[in-house]
Amino acid sequence: MKSHEEIYNLLKEKFGDAIGQSITNLPVESFIEVSPLKIHEISYFLRDDNELLFDNLMLLSGLDDMNDKKVKQEDGSIVDVPGTLSVVYHIESTSLRHKIVLKCSCPKDKPEVESVNSIWRSADWNEREAYDMFGIIFLNHPDLRRILMPYDWEHGFPLRKDYKNPEFYQGMKVPY
Amino acid sequence: MSDYSNLKTEEMVLNMGPQHPSTHGVLRLEIKLDGELIVEVKPHVGYLHRCFEKHCEAMTYPQIVPYVDRMDYLASMSNELGYAIAVERLMGIQVPERVEYIRVIMAELQRIASHMVALGTYGLDIGAFTPFLYLFADRERILSIFEETCGARLLYNYIWVGGLSHDLHPDFIRKAKEFVTYFRPKITELNNLLSYNKIFIERTANVGILPIETAINYGMTGPNLRASGLKWDLRRDDPYSIYDKFEFDIPIGKGWVGTLGDCWDRYFVRVLEMEQSLNILDQALAQIPEGDVTSAIPKRIKPAEGQIYTRVENPRGELGYFIVSKGGLQPHRVKVRPPSFISLGLMNELCKGHLVADVIAILGSIDIVLGEVDR
Repeated sequence: MKSHEEIYNLLKEKFGDAIGQSITNLPVESFIEVSPLKIHEISYFLRDDNELLFDNLMLLSGLDDMNDKKVKQEDGSIVDVPGTLSVVYHIESTSLRHKIVLKCSCPKDKPEVESVNSIWRSADWNEREAYDMFGIIFLNHPDLRRILMPYDWEHGFPLRKDYKNPEFYQGMKVPY
Repeated sequence: MSDYSNLKTEEMVLNMGPQHPSTHGVLRLEIKLDGELIVEVKPHVGYLHRCFEKHCEAMTYPQIVPYVDRMDYLASMSNELGYAIAVERLMGIQVPERVEYIRVIMAELQRIASHMVALGTYGLDIGAFTPFLYLFADRERILSIFEETCGARLLYNYIWVGGLSHDLHPDFIRKAKEFVTYFRPKITELNNLLSYNKIFIERTANVGILPIETAINYGMTGPNLRASGLKWDLRRDDPYSIYDKFEFDIPIGKGWVGTLGDCWDRYFVRVLEMEQSLNILDQALAQIPEGDVTSAIPKRIKPAEGQIYTRVENPRGELGYFIVSKGGLQPHRVKVRPPSFISLGLMNELCKGHLVADVIAILGSIDIVLGEVDR
């Protein structure tokens, strides 16, 4: 059983720059920031390293960080800077009984994260859901399509904070 | 002279559902068949999608409790328990002893009621009608106890953040004890009626075998995981509430009549779990202390900025809540890990190579509730 710090140091040593900060000052749950384009490699290590053996991905969730900013330019005009979307991984080891939380953030205008589907198969539907709700593209996912929303939904990704209800859905006024 | 060895049989796509009685709700299975053998199963979900997670972002923490009920509508008490624990841990609230006891009693009664539906309808899917009626009649006793306590039969809104909506009915303890003594022999009756029935065993043993590595890798939890042979129960392995005070066994699959991790194992683990729930109830009903149940409910629920993931052992597996707070009265994000959603992702793996009639047996054995899959 390893603590959050021990795992963080192990990862930092092995992957260097791909591992960001370890956030521990929040109440209750600490997490480690990782690079979205290295998550596959890191997960592979987490699962197969003999000291870690993280065999169970409990939950993979999408998250809108709600950090869109309005930046005032020098000429006085205001420009919207899009914020980030995140994917949070809660992973545990059923044999060694330790847990870790990872978080990758990607910019809203290019939301790309590597898929971990080939490592933990439970990620399959969770990633589809995160795509469905936030529009996060999981690279190398075999079957990335909507799961809860209708397949023909064209009005964006509902759990983003800037989502607006469409005026019409298939010719029907909303709310009808 | 023609060579038939190159000829392939044509694959056929069969559509099962969304309105099909044995899909336990509105679930569509797109099944690719080669003759009677299954090549691929593609589940299509989302017919009951009610935007639970989006709703949560527009409501205060206590307002979410009734919505939580409506996810897994066969185990509302367990859903509420998980949600209440998540918010309490986020805020650091300690609830009184009596509240913990009542919560455990409710959750275990709910587990029995939920397993009754699972086992009854499973028999019904396979073709045994009688056990279904027996179990539903007994489940009615639990629902009446719940109804007396909080006025509702299915969707209770009883377990609140920091406490309970109100104390127990004065007659509750007597009735619950009565139920426990009444129900113990009924499990033997169920075994004689259904579990050891020759036809039932023929239909379920050696069908839908789930090896332990696959089960863990696919995130299978709860009775389905235990049926594959891993002793993993969150009540013991990641303790919450006061489960560490009670003595109980964790039944695991042993391949009693077929192979380890087959449909019959998944069925029978649930039967054994009901017995263990009765054991917990026995102890909890004997030890329950007096006290106030509403004293720890905060006037204003406004957690500080932070995040938490908590999980509880639902009748269907690990129910997790991932709550992110930005310090407001409303959560920034509530993400649920519904056990049935994850289990359903395994359908393809379980069904491949089986006969088309086995789809029903396999789907029933993993015990899904579509209200929770779609939220």
